[in-house]
Amino acid sequence: MKTIQKKESREPLLRISKRDYMPTWQALGVRLIGLVIALVICAIIIYAIVKLNPLKVYGAMFVGAFGTSKRMWVTIRDTMMLLCIAVGLAPAFKMKFWNIGAEGQVLMGGVVAAGCMIYLDTYVPTIPLIVIMFIGGAIAGGLWGWAPGFFKAKWNTNETLFTLMMNYIAIQLTSYFVALWENPFGSNSVGVINPNTRIGWFPHIFGQMYTLNVIIVAILVVAMYIYLNYSKHGFEIAVVGDSENTARYAAIDVKKVIVRTMVLSGAVCGIAGALAVAGASHTISTSTAGGQGFTAIIVAWLAKFNTFAMVPISALLVFLSKGSMEIASRYNLSDYVSSMITGIILFFILGSEFFIRFNLKFRSKKKEASES
Amino acid sequence: METKNAVRMVDITKTFGPVVANNKVSLTIDKGEILSLLGENGSGKTTLMNMLSGIYLPDSGQIYVNGEKVTIASPRDAFALHIGMIHQHFKLVDVLTAAENIVLGLNESPLVDLKNVRADVKDICDRYGFVVEPDKKVYDMSVSEKQTLEIVKVLYRGADILILDEPTAVLTPQETDKLFAVMRNMQADGKAIVIITHKLHEVMAISDRVAVLRKGEYIGDVPTSETSPQKLTDMMVGKATALNIDRPEPENLTERLVVKDLTVVDSDGVKRLDNVSFTAYGGEILGIAGISGSGQKELLEAIAGLQRIEAGGSIVYTPREGDGEAEELVGKSPMDIKKKGVRLAFVPEDRLGMGLVGNMNIPDNMMLKSYDAGRSVFTDRKTPRDLGASIIEQLEVVTPGLSTPVRRLSGGNVQKVLVGREIAAHPSLLMTAYAVRGLDINTSYTIYHLLNEQKQLGTAVIYVGEDLDVLLELCDRILVLCAGKVSGVVNGRETKKEEVGLLMTHLKEEAQA
Amino acid sequence: MTQIISLFQAAVVFGTVILFGAVGEILTEKAGNLNLGVPGIMYLGGIASLIGVFFYEMNNPNPIPAVCLLIALVCALVAAAIGGLIFSFLTITLRTNQNVTGLALNIFAGGFANFFGGSLNKLAGGVGQISVATTSAAVRKTIMGSNNWAGPFDDMLLSYGFMVYLAIICAIGIKWFINRTSIGLNLRAVGENPATADAAGINVTKYKYLATCIGGAISGLGGLYYVMDYMKGTWDSAGAIEGLGWLALALVIFASWKPLRAIWGAYLFGALSWAYFYIPGLTRRSMELFKMLPYVATLIVLVVVAMQRSRENQPPAGLGLPYFREER
Repeated sequence: MKTIQKKESREPLLRISKRDYMPTWQALGVRLIGLVIALVICAIIIYAIVKLNPLKVYGAMFVGAFGTSKRMWVTIRDTMMLLCIAVGLAPAFKMKFWNIGAEGQVLMGGVVAAGCMIYLDTYVPTIPLIVIMFIGGAIAGGLWGWAPGFFKAKWNTNETLFTLMMNYIAIQLTSYFVALWENPFGSNSVGVINPNTRIGWFPHIFGQMYTLNVIIVAILVVAMYIYLNYSKHGFEIAVVGDSENTARYAAIDVKKVIVRTMVLSGAVCGIAGALAVAGASHTISTSTAGGQGFTAIIVAWLAKFNTFAMVPISALLVFLSKGSMEIASRYNLSDYVSSMITGIILFFILGSEFFIRFNLKFRSKKKEASES
Repeated sequence: METKNAVRMVDITKTFGPVVANNKVSLTIDKGEILSLLGENGSGKTTLMNMLSGIYLPDSGQIYVNGEKVTIASPRDAFALHIGMIHQHFKLVDVLTAAENIVLGLNESPLVDLKNVRADVKDICDRYGFVVEPDKKVYDMSVSEKQTLEIVKVLYRGADILILDEPTAVLTPQETDKLFAVMRNMQADGKAIVIITHKLHEVMAISDRVAVLRKGEYIGDVPTSETSPQKLTDMMVGKATALNIDRPEPENLTERLVVKDLTVVDSDGVKRLDNVSFTAYGGEILGIAGISGSGQKELLEAIAGLQRIEAGGSIVYTPREGDGEAEELVGKSPMDIKKKGVRLAFVPEDRLGMGLVGNMNIPDNMMLKSYDAGRSVFTDRKTPRDLGASIIEQLEVVTPGLSTPVRRLSGGNVQKVLVGREIAAHPSLLMTAYAVRGLDINTSYTIYHLLNEQKQLGTAVIYVGEDLDVLLELCDRILVLCAGKVSGVVNGRETKKEEVGLLMTHLKEEAQA
Repeated sequence: MTQIISLFQAAVVFGTVILFGAVGEILTEKAGNLNLGVPGIMYLGGIASLIGVFFYEMNNPNPIPAVCLLIALVCALVAAAIGGLIFSFLTITLRTNQNVTGLALNIFAGGFANFFGGSLNKLAGGVGQISVATTSAAVRKTIMGSNNWAGPFDDMLLSYGFMVYLAIICAIGIKWFINRTSIGLNLRAVGENPATADAAGINVTKYKYLATCIGGAISGLGGLYYVMDYMKGTWDSAGAIEGLGWLALALVIFASWKPLRAIWGAYLFGALSWAYFYIPGLTRRSMELFKMLPYVATLIVLVVVAMQRSRENQPPAGLGLPYFREER
């Protein structure tokens, strides 16, 4: 019969086995090492481009993110936005439901919030209007989460692709409303809504513009943590995420849980959209979500669905992007350098997980000698 | 260098994390012999052979093939040394045809040339007495067809040393006989064959020599002609054990579950259960016997509300006295069944994929079926923690602590946690599927004891098993399933193994005739 | 009639961009890797080809078209393959999650491309000022010429640059490769059931790496075609490539992992994307709604295929799952 050539083979140089467990502090250390290596590599790249002392460049990044009180608050504001979306994704991801559609859910929330501002400004004072905007945003985002959840539950459609498509439908719908609400006519943008009355804008609290953003997102972080870890719904989500078979066995209504959780996930993302409109830009455009919906997926994944762990991760990513924008403007580079740096750092943090999950064993020299 | 040994394995050790699967095992395989590798589940047989077939690398030890020292780092290396293994879980690609599976990975020609393959396959089939349809897709094949394909595949690759991992587990007796005939043909052709099994009668029937493993250790080998099942059992389990399972007399039998005309059709349109009817009584253990895949899984799942049941079937559950009304279970979801207060406990075959959540700790797993008790939106954490602690104590569960995920426990301890939880709910109906599979003898007896306790408490116990000896000693009545039909119900105290064995295959013969 | 021909042509040109992206991704997914980084990889292909020919054309007063094409192709293929390599190293060797890694790749590659694209714009003196006229002309040159032997079909079928036909050839070639060759058979096995492929002596890691890198390279050609033909050799950073990359991913699903279906699917998507332009009386608002159609169409296909559950249209069984031999 057939003969197969035997290739010269020896024991492989490197052997990999699954690690059962690694203490938290050690796992944290591995991630930090990954981060440091990434920063060093970015420094080299920055040096190659601008020929400047990388330490000075990182110093400039720090100034860019925290240099003035205003910058610091903008950094905090953007961190809250990213964090809010990531918190919204947490229940879906814990259920192993790949909600790639945060971008669209945020936009729909933003569109409805902006619509409330535009149509209700003469009827409703600011505080109740903000409440209405948030409820409306949550409903719109929730609807955008409901659709992929419903079709997944009913016909097991692939949720990754479904939510992806929903993003683009949301983007086109947003474009439609931008054209509808165009102001001034022909500008192809909505412009700042209610610039003089400031109706629907977040009020200043403690003299700061973005205090309310922090309060709202902090409440969401804590509430979502409690919901996922201590409520009956949270338990159901964890079981469905681990095994649908087990969930059915335990008399959990899997379909109901999928749909309910996706509505919740979309609703929180929709709230993020309302937050972006009422608490930050006071306008709506297709870049209101600005890719944060995708970045938040990575935040949620790296945090392993722990909403508290999402705080430092969001802060780090926003710091990086603010800091690199500062470098960009200072050294006359394109803003996109920030995405590039963020990307490289993500590669390293993602890659470092490997050393947490697996053990490496090198073939010992001694053994090799004795065998040959 | 010509030697009598086809393979010699010396001092092989393999560990998986803390588990020592093989500890300094030495084994020889002679040319032209059929060697049985005997041992209980988890004794390390498959791991040892996986190191011959290039799936695992030994941590230490040497392997010699035809007297030459070799390193088998991949399945490709194993083929090159003419070693082929037929795994228990078939290594076939479902969406490809038989012929495509056979040439997979060989790259004999740049383009797939199925014409030559068909001819070669026919040669092999004629030589040893197989039947393989080269153009049939694997997803359309029966289990025995898939197994035949696997054997042809390794022969096509020029294997002289064949390893079969529990090949008869999925076969009917007739198919087993056919397989054994083929194995003898291959032996006559000079091939060395290793058959991994824990079925003693097969060892006696087919092999020339028996090597025994126990808990990862090599116990010894004997020529089959010089041994007996009793002696082999001694080697396998370490001490002579007549099963001697307790069987208290059933008392106060009450009708608990009446199943009528139950039919289940799977998503491929195959009838998994065909007009099944029987009654289970509180106070007895009803055994369910059958070749694996005869509808056992579907039957239990149908009762638990996890299968879609065809029109006309009926499952009536009558609770203990004073515990509510009789209920029709057909058409009810697990949620409905739970809501109606049906006291149903179910130990499924797939322990970590269905009965427990592997990534959760013991208290969280205790909540699995009771988490929604009470009106609070939050889960009650204390009750399950106490329950978990008491199960650990009472059933002597070995675990580093309450917060350890159950997937990190050994198989026996996982099962104790699962059975412990199900019994703690005071069931009126307790269903277990392969409750002792993969467990050591002591844990198995613990489980038998728990089942008997439930029986004496008046619970209706349904015990799906694969080991006929256990079924015959534990159960009061035994229902035999064959190809989804009930082929008989026998009295556990009076019946003989042969009778049950015949019933297990009865319908097949009828259908073939 | 002219309207229809014109729509058809627009559809083919648009479709070619996503066809490259989709055919590359089909190859990748056949090996079981779900690479959501297609948009990023198309970005890499586009920017690399642009940088390459930009410097060539800037430094040569009389650039040779053939050299231009060669530089553009090599740059696009290599850069996009490197994108695939990053994805492969992370997901195959370091076993990171495929979805998350793909998204990270998009962030990186989108940033990389737009950063250098922006720099290039500055170098050239402003958006739209990059001059790679020779290359763009070479890519857009109709290779069949106009013979008028087929009447209106002449314009519909023969009026394109060579890359339109290259995309079709790629799709047919990939289909042939997957279904007829031994290596293609092995590749399918890797994507369906890596454990089985491994046991059959197939080097799963190698196959996954190669399929992902080569698939990436093919997807990268979509970026090249977009920049050189669609954008006529300029760079805009409005994120258009990203949208096309997602549409290419959608097309893979729409085509049920079948390269031949991807061909007409790509043109259909193109037609849907441009249809608003040819329907009279649309306001700008309703145009935005119209542009939604390809995504809605994919959603419908997604749902219909899921409802049918046909054995033939399913994704590779091992799609998105990591493979680790000693898992137990």
